[in-house]
Amino acid sequence: MVLKWLGPFIGLILVVAIFSLMPEVQDRFLRIYNLKSVATQSVIVALGALGMTLIIISGGIDLSAASNIALSSVIVAFAINAGIHPLAAVLLGIMAGGLVGLINGALITSLRLVPFIVTLGMLGIARGVAKWMAGNQKIDTPLTWVNELMAKSPQGLLLAPGVWLMIGLAFLMAALLRYTVFGKHIFAIGSNEATARLCGIRIGRTKLLIYTIGGLFCGLSGVMQFSRLTVGDPTVAVGLELDIIAAVVIGGGSLSGGMGSILGSMIGVFIMAFLRNGSTMMGWPNYIQEIIIGAIIVFAVALDRIRHK
Amino acid sequence: MTAAPPSDLLNMAGISKSFGPTIALQDVDLELKKGEIHALLGENGAGKSTLVKILSGALKADRGRMTLASRPFAPSGPLDSRIHGISMIYQELNLAPHLTVTENIMLGREIHLRGILQRKDMRRKVEKALAFLNHPEIAPDVPVRKLSISARQIIEIARALVDEAVILIMDEPTSRLSREDSVQLFQIMRRLKAQGVGIIYISHFLEEVREVADSYTVLRDGQRVGTGRMSSMSLGGIIRMMVGQDVKELFPKIPHKPEGPALSLKNFRGKNMFSPLNLELQQGEILGVGGLVGSGRTEMLRALFGLDRLEEGRITVFDGEKAGDHCRDRIRQGMGYLSEDRQSEGLALSLSIRDNLTMSYYEPYVRWGFLRLGRQKRDADALCRRMNVKARDSDQRVSSLSGGNQQKVALARLLHQKADILLLDEPTRGIDVLSKAQIYDWVGRLAAEGKTVVFVSSYFPELIGVCDRIAVFFRGDLVSLRPAEEWTMETLTTAATVGT
Repeated sequence: MVLKWLGPFIGLILVVAIFSLMPEVQDRFLRIYNLKSVATQSVIVALGALGMTLIIISGGIDLSAASNIALSSVIVAFAINAGIHPLAAVLLGIMAGGLVGLINGALITSLRLVPFIVTLGMLGIARGVAKWMAGNQKIDTPLTWVNELMAKSPQGLLLAPGVWLMIGLAFLMAALLRYTVFGKHIFAIGSNEATARLCGIRIGRTKLLIYTIGGLFCGLSGVMQFSRLTVGDPTVAVGLELDIIAAVVIGGGSLSGGMGSILGSMIGVFIMAFLRNGSTMMGWPNYIQEIIIGAIIVFAVALDRIRHK
Repeated sequence: MTAAPPSDLLNMAGISKSFGPTIALQDVDLELKKGEIHALLGENGAGKSTLVKILSGALKADRGRMTLASRPFAPSGPLDSRIHGISMIYQELNLAPHLTVTENIMLGREIHLRGILQRKDMRRKVEKALAFLNHPEIAPDVPVRKLSISARQIIEIARALVDEAVILIMDEPTSRLSREDSVQLFQIMRRLKAQGVGIIYISHFLEEVREVADSYTVLRDGQRVGTGRMSSMSLGGIIRMMVGQDVKELFPKIPHKPEGPALSLKNFRGKNMFSPLNLELQQGEILGVGGLVGSGRTEMLRALFGLDRLEEGRITVFDGEKAGDHCRDRIRQGMGYLSEDRQSEGLALSLSIRDNLTMSYYEPYVRWGFLRLGRQKRDADALCRRMNVKARDSDQRVSSLSGGNQQKVALARLLHQKADILLLDEPTRGIDVLSKAQIYDWVGRLAAEGKTVVFVSSYFPELIGVCDRIAVFFRGDLVSLRPAEEWTMETLTTAATVGT
């Protein structure tokens, strides 16, 4: 059973090994400072991936994740600017994300529309609403503790609060998938929806919950996004949903549903984070990173298919 | 090889085919003359499909020879066969619903000039074929999904015409047609016959076969047991040939006595059921449900289990909670359902055995929202042992199990659910003999414990051997319900194929 993580794990080792062997960067790559940096950089994608893992295991998909993140970051900025207490602002951002997820889930279950199409539409809608709220520009905000969530070198704590949150939530979600009835139902629906219905599982309700959870995680990710930039930017995270989905797939998630794991998705997140980090250190242009990541996605999925034959 | 008489269109001699250890066909001969409608008859699994698949090029025979119009015929594949003028119309029609009538008819044999479609030419051919079939009202540009089943069948025949077929193979063409449409179909077949086309007609509806066929061949267990002119054979004679002597099979006799009401149906009709049903089932009873494919048995089970919406009538489950009509409620009332096609509905192939086993009933393992996986594994392992599922342990993925073992997992789930009323749709279809025997044994034991089993099957010997009462469906209606002792193979076959 542990074997399913072996593949992605080997991939991670490989990526780290390759970069640590490169003469130009090896003195900087494995330094604690850099590792902390990588961890902090991956929080945003990782949080999104926690929710996306559930969605993909259930056989669905959420293309609106990144737009949701941007919208939440704008809402948090808006709220803080308006004088609302930072904690309330954070909660507002998370709830907004949850609301978007809820709408996605409601449309998918009630109208029986394909998730790809529904979330594709929401991708545009959420992004548009974010831009509208921000008046198409960045929202500057006064400094609050929210900005400290993603600080690179916090005093006292070993890692930024955002990183601890990511780790804690990852454990929570992994436990949910493995030890709760809800988790089993997610796998069942993804593996064979007709069978799940036959066994009396409440398909509609479960899917609604899955997409709402996905949305909540995007909301939280939006809070972190705001913290990192310290402004609310409606144009941020464009295309990030593909990174999130790629992380889940590299980690063993199957787009046809029924397979996937939190640990695998996290490994996928870190593979991509180390890749970006190492490439930047090497001075490689952006497009090299994109080509490499694209190739890895294809490779990872092909490897996965072969293993399951 | 003796010279075949000139009116012989097709000659299949000594055809044998095995799939691993299973012998599908053994030394089978078939002769088809020009302009002859030849009925190919036999029970499920007798070898009819295999024989015509060899003719249509989808399969290659292990031994034997074929001659087409006095020339040796050995098609390299379905297209080769089609080019030689052999057209096959499958029971599940092979049409692309989004394409138009013309596009479907010409599919694969399109008229083109260096890749560019010649629409006018194709349209003309299609219109000619449709006119010959006396259906000029079918517009060539209509997408096929808008047409009725009978119209779609016409289109498949039109395709054969355009292909200039000399032999037409039709597999159960009337199973989904109304009486009027069937009569029309026979008229078309007679017209084709007058043109010299030879037709091989596979059907279970023996009355119709007698109406339209000139000659027949009966297969049983992969061998030819009879052939000749239709006019010289009686219906009873044909049935006797199909059925043969009673197959000597061991059905474990576990004594049980039906007692006490379990389920009551009054004017019960579900969404896809043809007519309302009145039925009383007792505890400890095994009810067999026979009938041909499409006769309405599966629709009844699905409506019983709440998968299809209830449209009229009432269902009373005794000793169960009063609840709604969703299958979730039925499970809580004590019903369990095994669907016909386990792979697409009934098992989650990518999940483990134990997750499949417990999917309908997690309650015993939930504590404060969390699952006690240790307990689940223990129970699942025990259930696997009890049902003789051949696997390393219950963590193994269901997709890696053999068909028979997959079936046992699907059945075992009903045990885990503690179902009191088990609805089994073709539970022994496609599995090995040993697993079958184990399932019969298990069904008998359940009845002895006072459970009720509804056993849908197309295989009559097992219905007679296992069940207390047998009901037979014909074209959507329950036509007969009698104790098992009062049925014979012949009367079952007659009821299923003729309706009396």
